[in-house]
Amino acid sequence: MNNRINKLREQSLQAINTFSPERALLVTEFYKSGEAEKHSIPVQRALAFRHIMVNKKICINDGELIVGERGPAPKATSTYPEVSLHTLPDLAIINSRPKVSFKVDAATRKIYEDTVIPFWKGRTQRDRIFENLSPEWKQAYEAGIFTEFQEQRAPGHTVASKKIFQKGMLDYKEDIKQAIGKLDFKNDPRAIERREELKAMDIAADTIILFAKRYADELERLALYEKNLVRREELIEMEKICRKVPAQAPSTFHEILQHYWFIHLGVITELNPWDSFNPGRLDQHLFPFYKREIDLGILTQERATEILQSFWVKFNNHPSPPKMGVTAEESNTYTDFSLINLGGVKEDGSDAVNELTYLLLDVIEEMRLLQPSSMVQISKKNPDRFVKRAVRIAKTGFGQPSFFNTDAIIQQLLSQGKALVDARNGGASGCVETGAFGTEAYILTGYFNLNKILELTLNNGIDPITGKQIGLTTGNPDSFKSFDELYGAFEKQLNYFIDIKIEGNNIIEKLWATYMPVPLLSLITEDCIANGKDYNAGGARYNTSYIQGVGLGSITDNLTAIRRQVYEDKKINMKELLKALHSNFEGYDQLRHDMVYETPKWGNNDDYADRHAVMVFNSFYNAVNGRPTSRGGVFRINMLPTTSHVYFGSKIGAMPDGRLAKEPLSEGISPVQGADRRGPTGVIQSAAKIDHIKTGGTLLNQKFSPSFFKDEESLDRLVWYIRSYFKLDGHHIQFNVVDAETLRDAQKHPEKYQDLIVRVAGYSDYFNDLGEALQNEIIKRTEHESV
Amino acid sequence: MSTSSGLVFDIRHFSVHDGPGLRVTVFLKGCPLSCAWCHNPESQSFETETYMRIHRLDDKEFEFVEHIGNRMSVNEVIQEVEKDISIFDESKGGVTFSGGEPLSQPEFLRDLLKACKAKEIHTAVDTSGFASQLVMESIIPLTDLFLFDIKHISEDEHKKYTGVSNSSIFKNLDLIAKSNKKVIIRIPLIQNITDTGENLKLLREVIRKYPSIERVDILPFHNIAKIKYERFGKNYTLGNAEKYDDQKAEQIKNYFNEVVSIVSIGG
Repeated sequence: MNNRINKLREQSLQAINTFSPERALLVTEFYKSGEAEKHSIPVQRALAFRHIMVNKKICINDGELIVGERGPAPKATSTYPEVSLHTLPDLAIINSRPKVSFKVDAATRKIYEDTVIPFWKGRTQRDRIFENLSPEWKQAYEAGIFTEFQEQRAPGHTVASKKIFQKGMLDYKEDIKQAIGKLDFKNDPRAIERREELKAMDIAADTIILFAKRYADELERLALYEKNLVRREELIEMEKICRKVPAQAPSTFHEILQHYWFIHLGVITELNPWDSFNPGRLDQHLFPFYKREIDLGILTQERATEILQSFWVKFNNHPSPPKMGVTAEESNTYTDFSLINLGGVKEDGSDAVNELTYLLLDVIEEMRLLQPSSMVQISKKNPDRFVKRAVRIAKTGFGQPSFFNTDAIIQQLLSQGKALVDARNGGASGCVETGAFGTEAYILTGYFNLNKILELTLNNGIDPITGKQIGLTTGNPDSFKSFDELYGAFEKQLNYFIDIKIEGNNIIEKLWATYMPVPLLSLITEDCIANGKDYNAGGARYNTSYIQGVGLGSITDNLTAIRRQVYEDKKINMKELLKALHSNFEGYDQLRHDMVYETPKWGNNDDYADRHAVMVFNSFYNAVNGRPTSRGGVFRINMLPTTSHVYFGSKIGAMPDGRLAKEPLSEGISPVQGADRRGPTGVIQSAAKIDHIKTGGTLLNQKFSPSFFKDEESLDRLVWYIRSYFKLDGHHIQFNVVDAETLRDAQKHPEKYQDLIVRVAGYSDYFNDLGEALQNEIIKRTEHESV
Repeated sequence: MSTSSGLVFDIRHFSVHDGPGLRVTVFLKGCPLSCAWCHNPESQSFETETYMRIHRLDDKEFEFVEHIGNRMSVNEVIQEVEKDISIFDESKGGVTFSGGEPLSQPEFLRDLLKACKAKEIHTAVDTSGFASQLVMESIIPLTDLFLFDIKHISEDEHKKYTGVSNSSIFKNLDLIAKSNKKVIIRIPLIQNITDTGENLKLLREVIRKYPSIERVDILPFHNIAKIKYERFGKNYTLGNAEKYDDQKAEQIKNYFNEVVSIVSIGG
């Protein structure tokens, strides 16, 4: 990377995450001005957005090629008091918490104390939500049965479609004008609502154009004062670009990235949607521009790389807005989950990998940034060379890119009734979530704690942590004659809490649709203009709401342990098992040992254990899938945790698989830490037993030591491994290349690392099986190898 | 399918150093050799062995009984192997029979190989070559690839360090090489035992004789097995020997490269 990029990258890495009051102050100013009351809610929101974008500070960093910051400086992070208000104690916590903190200065505290808090207290979206939810919902929420995505952040999980790279805001304004022209005020009782929504979209389009113009003006000013002639030329060129996009459709490689970036900033300033915003299939969108300019000789590979790298830095400058409470626990990270998709197939179903795909992989490898995140879509039509190139980056151990199965994604989307072209233009966003890019509002609504349901079942509906009866009284488990009886009770509890979650979701979605329209996100999401309907109200072509199942590995092992030890081998009766669990296995060491070491486990391609995963998966699917949402869409499931498996674990006592109270649960569909002993193939074979096509995404993590990747052949092995999993319809896999620190922990806690394979000398072995001296040697080697 | 059975001490999935692709390696128990450097001391006896082992859980230790060696039928082994068929297909992998010495359970091995052939599974046999010619002749047509260990050219030294004569080994190598089956030669490099200039030179002569040998793996000594000897209470004569010198291994690799195009360290 050249000096300029290196400097920008360092600046981004070094920038301190701060809590910026700028947006909060501007939005408060607007709502206090009296202007809001004169308009419909959509127009109010559009005008609030305009007020922010027209008055916020313009920030251009030295040497950058793509301009625009959400806050006044890199990592100065906006807040959204109309959604969820930070209190003064919140500010203190955010300022000083050890993980994911944001510095809050005295001036900010004062602005909050004097202006923001007094105005918004008791009238935020979060307040509305909690006022409307039932006591059952709140009880379940507090017990850690589920989380709620929309209590501090707006609905999102949306990705740019191809269209936004081909159209300017003026084109969208023309579409809006036509849609307004077509409104039938005589026969359509909702025509007025539609007109207000369309008016709001029109204001939002103007706003983004105005915002770009402010950047153009500033660039013009900077160019006047710039002494370095090369940079001056650059600034003049950038000014020209900002005068053109996003008003008009971009026509060059540089323009298209700047165009996207303005829209990105608009979406994440308008509200704080989960997963910020996402350029989606970046190699596909950019390639025609890239190819044309390279062929004409007006763009070099070096210049293209430099522009892309500057674009990459912009993402890293934008941490996810400060979260609190359960929301912070379920997603405890600065990452805001923009997930760049590469590869996959084109609209006509052919191999989509092109030369720019490889260039982008180079950028990912060289930039090595937390944000944006990146993934490769792998179709059976993509060449092995592409997969291998991606593995080469993954093995450096920073977790990127992750690997996705295009053919599974397309099947998922088709089975949900999407058009073939929309499915092929789709991909995954966030962590692993399947979506039809640009045409679908697919909203995650909250994680669901499958293991807590079992704990409640084992306690006849009483939460042993609090002693409160929060579930159904499904019977004293001691009286259950068979495993099937127990499972029947589990299913009843599961359905009961899914009903509570869905009832809550329907209320919450309605509140977002009513009070918090997002005109900008709507106008760029296909069919919202034609429908005259907001993104948050079901305006998109497809509308899906997800509930995310968490802890599949743990629930499988727990049910397996009960079947084996209680009902089949009868080593222990239910009463005694419950006693052991309530005492956190104290005095039950041998039992715990048997549960950990002598019970079949998920992740070993062992049907005895794995059938329980399939049972739970199907029960969860049947409880959720296809039910209608208040936006006019349907509920579906996916299986991912972010960091909720840690939070959910903290809400559960000891469990039959030998897990102690409050310990983390398994993540995604991965086996419980260390429970997979049959090697990496056993893991994917187990994982493939659930029907991934019925989901909107699953997450599988596989650990390898850096030494595994020592020789060239290891890359082929990983390619085979990935392809094998994908042939079995696996949705996603990512590689965790373990570092020396992990190995040290493995020395201390071998039971958690039974699955850890390291390459020794000409062969591989389980780390646990190695003598201490050799372990130490490998740790040393690992330290040496880690880049 | 045959009903023969045999003694198996491990079946390992995702095996990557015992032939092409992703493989399943089936370890047959029992070996007529007793190499001083043997890495799998638990594979030597033809009987099931029982050891007390320790499971650790946090700071606590739990004794448990480990049985090494499991009598399995051909069907049982094949069922386990077949679980990975889709992975073999993808990676052009297959099954490798190793040991112990797989040729020491000839009927079982033959039946296993036949069953694999019937299911179009690629087969490799990892052998010391120590077997009767009759046995070897019956195995060759059923095997796609041999991983063939040669250790010492000198009859006396061979006897001294492995306990058996090398004459049948070299005869069997001749049989395989002339059958045009693929062979990978594996040579353990043991300091001052197998790595003498004279031995390497003569082994290289043997290799040069057979154009069907496409590849040589040299396996430098590593003290990895020490812990196993301790665990199983067995005497390890090389227990205090050092890990083989990397540079020297590299030189020897180059030396073999003069006669074979592919030489790898570690296999």
